[in-house]
Amino acid sequence: MSNLTHLTIADALSGMDKGEFTARELTEAHVKAVEDTRALNAYIVETPEIALAQADASDKRRASGTAGVMEGIPIAMKDLFCTEGTQTTAASHILEGFVPTYESTVSGNLWNAGAVMLGKSNLDQFAMGSANITSYFGNVINPWQREGSDAQLTPGGSSGGSAATVAARAAMAATGTDTGGSIRQPAAFSGIVGLKPTYGRCSRWGVIAFASSLDQAGPMTRSVRDAAIMLEAMAGYDAKDSTSVNLPVPRYQDALTGDIRGLKVGIPKEYRIDGTPIEIEKAWEQGIEWLRAAGAEPVEISLPHTKYALPTYYIIAPAECSSNLARYDGVRYGQRVEGKSLDDMYENTRAAGFGDEVKRRILIGTYVLSAGYYDAYYNKARQVRTLIANDFKKAYESVDVILTPTAPSPAFGIGEKMDDPIAMYLNDVFTVPASLAGLPGISIPSGLSSEGTPLGLQLLGRAFDEETLLRVAGVMEQAAGFSALPQLIAGGK
Amino acid sequence: MSYRIKGNTGDWEVVIGLEVHAQVISNSKLFSGAATAFGAEPNYQVSLVDAAMPGMLPVLNKEVVAQGVRTGLGLRAKINMKSVFERKNYFYADLPQGYQISQFLEPIVGEGVLTLDLDGGETRDVGIERMHLEQDAGKSIHDQHPTQSYIDLNRSGVALMEIVSRPDLRSPEEAGAYLRKLRSILRYLGTCDGNMDEGSMRADVNVSVRKPGEELGTRTETKNVNSIRFVQQSIEFEAKRQIKVIEDGGKIVQETRLFDPSTGTTRSMRSKEEAHDYRYFPDPDLLPLVLDPAWVEEIKKTIPELPDEKKARFIKDFGLSAYDAGILVTDRDRAAFYEAVAEGRDAKLAANWVMGDYFGALNKSGLSLENSPVSAKQLGGLIGLISDDTISGRIAKEVFEAMWESGKDADVIVEEKGLKQITDTSAIEAAIDEIIANNPGQVEGYKGGNERLIGWFVGQTMKATGGKANPGMVNELLKKKLAE
Amino acid sequence: MSVDKNTVAKIAKLARIRVDEAQQEALSGELNQILGWVEQLSELDTTGVEPMTSVVEMTQPLREDVVNDGHYVDRVTKNAPDSAHGFYAVPKVVE
Repeated sequence: MSNLTHLTIADALSGMDKGEFTARELTEAHVKAVEDTRALNAYIVETPEIALAQADASDKRRASGTAGVMEGIPIAMKDLFCTEGTQTTAASHILEGFVPTYESTVSGNLWNAGAVMLGKSNLDQFAMGSANITSYFGNVINPWQREGSDAQLTPGGSSGGSAATVAARAAMAATGTDTGGSIRQPAAFSGIVGLKPTYGRCSRWGVIAFASSLDQAGPMTRSVRDAAIMLEAMAGYDAKDSTSVNLPVPRYQDALTGDIRGLKVGIPKEYRIDGTPIEIEKAWEQGIEWLRAAGAEPVEISLPHTKYALPTYYIIAPAECSSNLARYDGVRYGQRVEGKSLDDMYENTRAAGFGDEVKRRILIGTYVLSAGYYDAYYNKARQVRTLIANDFKKAYESVDVILTPTAPSPAFGIGEKMDDPIAMYLNDVFTVPASLAGLPGISIPSGLSSEGTPLGLQLLGRAFDEETLLRVAGVMEQAAGFSALPQLIAGGK
Repeated sequence: MSYRIKGNTGDWEVVIGLEVHAQVISNSKLFSGAATAFGAEPNYQVSLVDAAMPGMLPVLNKEVVAQGVRTGLGLRAKINMKSVFERKNYFYADLPQGYQISQFLEPIVGEGVLTLDLDGGETRDVGIERMHLEQDAGKSIHDQHPTQSYIDLNRSGVALMEIVSRPDLRSPEEAGAYLRKLRSILRYLGTCDGNMDEGSMRADVNVSVRKPGEELGTRTETKNVNSIRFVQQSIEFEAKRQIKVIEDGGKIVQETRLFDPSTGTTRSMRSKEEAHDYRYFPDPDLLPLVLDPAWVEEIKKTIPELPDEKKARFIKDFGLSAYDAGILVTDRDRAAFYEAVAEGRDAKLAANWVMGDYFGALNKSGLSLENSPVSAKQLGGLIGLISDDTISGRIAKEVFEAMWESGKDADVIVEEKGLKQITDTSAIEAAIDEIIANNPGQVEGYKGGNERLIGWFVGQTMKATGGKANPGMVNELLKKKLAE
Repeated sequence: MSVDKNTVAKIAKLARIRVDEAQQEALSGELNQILGWVEQLSELDTTGVEPMTSVVEMTQPLREDVVNDGHYVDRVTKNAPDSAHGFYAVPKVVE
């Protein structure tokens, strides 16, 4: 049973069904793995007691024949999901010590499906970042290292803790949230699968908001099938979220037929960007070949407004965040720094409670919404967002999915790109357009870079057609046969 | 006659616009399932959404939307089939989200009209610019602790309608008439209880002054005035203050002001003003509100007859004066009471009784229609007795008092007390004959030309008959006998 | 459009984030860099393009008007840094 932490969710479920091991044993192995990989700083809070109690309850349910779709599976919960009775911080100082009196819909769905919580995983503060270097609780370290180097690499962000712990075999899966690429980019950097569902597929209720019109929760796993299983548990209509869509949740695993013959795969020419490393281009070409070999038909398409997606995103997301984060004012929860007047208290609290990147985005957002600039920035960005969404609509008239690289580079070193916010923002160049259009996307590991670190390919789908997305991703996963392991791994390599 | 304020440089006209915040009648809040009732323990009627806990999301209350549509229809306004909720961003201790969810560019209700009922039964139409739905804020309590303010979020998230008039009002009286009429309509519709002392209706008062016929002047906005009298006082004060500023060579600054009821004056809130930049933008937690035309039609069918239509009907069907009809329709229950009294009776007489003795008695005893001792049917009975000459108007007052005391029907009291009018000519004649015989001096005086003495004879005759003689017959018979 | 120190101070005030004089300079540089970069949107002609209000092609759902929430003072005040008698307490506000 030494390799319990290397199992996929699908294998672990079948192992428990067959009585080969219990949820308790599986959880104990992962609790230990979490301890073994503390150097990654993937968790803000570890919750072994909760995990073991949940595992015991899970074993009972399995014994009584009422097992859920994630029964007994130990996972990490991104610390952006409010968890009743367990501190929830969004990796910020301002929410340090905040213990929600409620459970987010998505985390609640997972517990109802039998999942077990190992802890609250680290992230970029308020999910703002692409390298997990903005957390008040310290950087997350990527379990992958460059060949012949022990320099610390970033796991990507914002769901960096989730990605790192799943890659390091310390959690079987983790929740992520994706606003502009925060599931897909860290999945690519960490050699795992990350699925951002269609906006409206998973409830946002109880998830600390960054940019409401973009935020979407999704699974981070080590296989496409696992992503399908976990999405089924997470997704669903929630009357408490006005933007939640009332569509039935399919059994996503059933979509993994392995047959993609005749499907049309769009290859957007605008995603060939000057300065993209050759190996990223090559990985993309390889992906196209895999799909062609499986009987799909690659088609060049045009998404003409692609280059405007990032600037659009960096107006819309800060604008929404400037307003969403106004509630952190030291009155009803979280940290307070006293002041001689109410305004003084607000300013002290927020200056001390927010990190630099969060402040930067709040200020940008405040500026673009302020009198005299609204039309030039915010309204303009909303118009361009319409154009970007229309690009995709048009493309999906002729193709079924779109294939692109996930990120313009493999994982970079912690400390690189840190003094230039825009260089950092460019990490999301391939993930942001679909976020703006609300479309689903999945990143799967396709191979290793020349440095020996993972590369990811991204598939984008039609709204609420996660099934086709998973089907194609499954075929590509098969073709890629990605089996490399990171250097820093629970129990050693 | 137009309202003018005399200044050193001549007459000034006052231009007024009102923004009324009316609390929507609903069980739960605009975006949460917490209760709206008045007077609960602090933070008891607060949900996680109202306290703006991290990750909480708003979901719109259907009934509040219906109430908004009802109000729009009642104001003869355009219902916007698509409207958008936006965030108005500012920091305040009783604003937990750091923004108020409101409607800005696309409100649910567009332009409408409200008809003012002025003195002497005159009317005048005032334009309604728009009406939108928004959240109320919580309450800050400043007097419980020397260095702290306490925050109660019970009101946080309660639905408000903001009804904005055009700057069509020209005097404090018109502003008062506007508020009374608006309150009357909202109460008819059942969309706001209109209780200003509980804060269910507050007004922001926009005032500017100009010389008649000139361009509009710069306006000031006095916030949150909570009674009709205070609104009128604030207008008067503000207009006079502005005139003085201008006549002294100064300029009016567009600003927010605060009314102080203890002095009847307004003062600048400029300190608050400087940093305001509300950064409105569509709330990304909500979707555009699109109304189903069939639903709006359904709501339309539930709109009751409103005061203006009712007034017109009272004038036409009951022959009432515009003034009387106006008073009777102000309150929906009172109008209904009147109609019940007037049914099958002399409608004008019924109006006089309802507005006079009946409402007077209600006021005097501090009772309301629901717990009044005399029902509409009973009052109708009394009026029937007057109309068929069973009793005189004077006796009727006595009967009414007895009804109010005992709750008995009019005919029972008339019977018990033997108050039936004497219409028997011979009985009245006998009384008159006796009075003439016993008072030769007065008879002589009358015959000598002092015709006013007839009043004295009438009085004596009524006295002799215990007030029950038919006054018309007494008059007629007296004149005949004295002429003999 | 350029964000100077005063503008930084003004928006920091609006956002209720204390920014020291010394930080204002640095922030003004960073904000200008970002704003200069997003400015490329102005090359696009967006005349007549409807600004996106929501990416979900749906209209606002409505909830029935029933009281089914609240009535739990402890749950909403439990995390408050300062509270008294069921109220949240803040530094005194002078109107």
